[in-house]
Amino acid sequence: MDKNFAQRRRRDLVVAAAFAVVAALVPLFVKDVYVQNIMVLTLMYAALSQSWNILSGYCGQISLGHALYFGIGAYTTALLFTKFGVLPWFGMLGGGLISALIAMALGYPCFRLRGHYFVIATIVIAEIALLLFQNWNFAGAALGIDIPVRHDSWLTFQFTRSKLPYFYFALVLAAIAWLVTWWLEDSKWGYWWRAVKDNPDAAESLGVVVFNSKMGAAAVSAFLTAVGGSFYAQFVSYIDPESVMGFQFSLLMALPAVLGGIGTLWGPVLGAVILIPLTELTRSFIGGSGRGVDLIVYGTLIVLISLARPEGLVGLFSRRRKEAVR
Amino acid sequence: MTPLLETRGVWQRFGGLIANSDVSISVGRGEIVGLIGPNGAGKSTLFNLIAGVLPPTQGSIWLDGEDVTRLPAAERCQRGIGRTFQVVKSFETMTVIDNVIVGALVQTTVMREARRKAYEVLKFAGLAGRADVLASQLIPSEKRRLEVARALATEPKLLLLDEVLTGLTPIEAQKGVELVRRVRETGVTVLMVEHVMEIVMPLVDRAIVLDLGKVLVEGKPAEIVRDPKVISAYLGDRHALSA
Repeated sequence: MDKNFAQRRRRDLVVAAAFAVVAALVPLFVKDVYVQNIMVLTLMYAALSQSWNILSGYCGQISLGHALYFGIGAYTTALLFTKFGVLPWFGMLGGGLISALIAMALGYPCFRLRGHYFVIATIVIAEIALLLFQNWNFAGAALGIDIPVRHDSWLTFQFTRSKLPYFYFALVLAAIAWLVTWWLEDSKWGYWWRAVKDNPDAAESLGVVVFNSKMGAAAVSAFLTAVGGSFYAQFVSYIDPESVMGFQFSLLMALPAVLGGIGTLWGPVLGAVILIPLTELTRSFIGGSGRGVDLIVYGTLIVLISLARPEGLVGLFSRRRKEAVR
Repeated sequence: MTPLLETRGVWQRFGGLIANSDVSISVGRGEIVGLIGPNGAGKSTLFNLIAGVLPPTQGSIWLDGEDVTRLPAAERCQRGIGRTFQVVKSFETMTVIDNVIVGALVQTTVMREARRKAYEVLKFAGLAGRADVLASQLIPSEKRRLEVARALATEPKLLLLDEVLTGLTPIEAQKGVELVRRVRETGVTVLMVEHVMEIVMPLVDRAIVLDLGKVLVEGKPAEIVRDPKVISAYLGDRHALSA
């Protein structure tokens, strides 16, 4: 049985590597910039949702305020770059670290809350941050920050002529988020998180320090989310509070994981691949009247999927579940 | 030699309710001790105090000569107190083996080692055949076994069993009794709460009877069942007189 487990872990790695290779080859055939743009966003949300999944899926602390960390990542990079000339690569790291620290500082009071109360706290905190940024003059207040475009360069992570560098970076980001999850899944932390999610009292009785587990999950999750935010700032070259910290980002990070399978390794990827293109397409083709229609479309989709597959789309592929039925 | 577990003058008040008053008990190494008493006697409260779910209002708790009164539950587990819950608390979305691995991680953080250890414990508890099943799919008696297995995987010095035998069929209960005996043979000390006297009495070396939050009597099972104070606590004064 031990062998089965090791085999399954290795198979996951091989499948992921295969996906990554295929994804890397796609731009050779798809030259359309609009489609490439969607692919970049899909990969980015796969990475973000994977990060969200660490805290909310594995550890069970549902956050609907991850836009906060996304925004902090974006703002850190943009501010450091425009005000102090610090390269985005350092901004990415700095944003990640700041977010991780903030996540722990917020976790300190919030992790005492359970269930819905925790969710509400995450929403409220992200909204407060949004308001603060809208009034913070140094960071451009509601107008935001325009990142001046210079030459195409990996150093400043700016590319005006082609989307491909962004695409490959997003691919690496998604791969890293997946690998981190894969690695954590079979580690003490992974087991602690799932135990905390399922039953904190029992976990505590088995030597799991519940509070520390949550803090760890929050830090990792926030760090990766902020890196995604940094990437996004460079990708769009212009940020304002609403466009990087709005509530819809929190949702867009949560939905792929929920749709694909919350607390699973493949859920976020699967969910993002289906959901993000759908969002973008519905937005451009039927979203002209506002941003309502696309939301209706995937709202409907989520309802349908949760009715048919409450455990998420990965349930379609799950071997374990079939075995489990004796 | 210091006893493995000692409670010294432990009190627990919940508002106006006194759940434990001046409870001093001790459990020696290698013993199986039964903690019995009618409903509301304060057994579960005392159990939670020993396991570290909450600190006592007053008094102290000693494990292996060390004061653990202020330590949280997780740390007490790391020091060697394992427990089960009266209402089973399995990790329902995890497989049986994964449930046990969580316990095994107290002793090692090497996953391969924890997994091996978990299989060993499952075999010991008679659940090896169910290792890859989700915990939510176990039948009640198997869930009880899983509780015990999970706690054993932490390699406790003291195992607290909270009504693991209650509500089982006679055959299941007999198997449970055997499991507890085998646990003791591995050198683990057992303190068990039970209120079905017929099951526990043949199993334990010593019984401690709680009533109204206080220690009523303690001693050998054979003496306990004949003690008029115990009979009156369980059945009322009329029966005590006729006995």
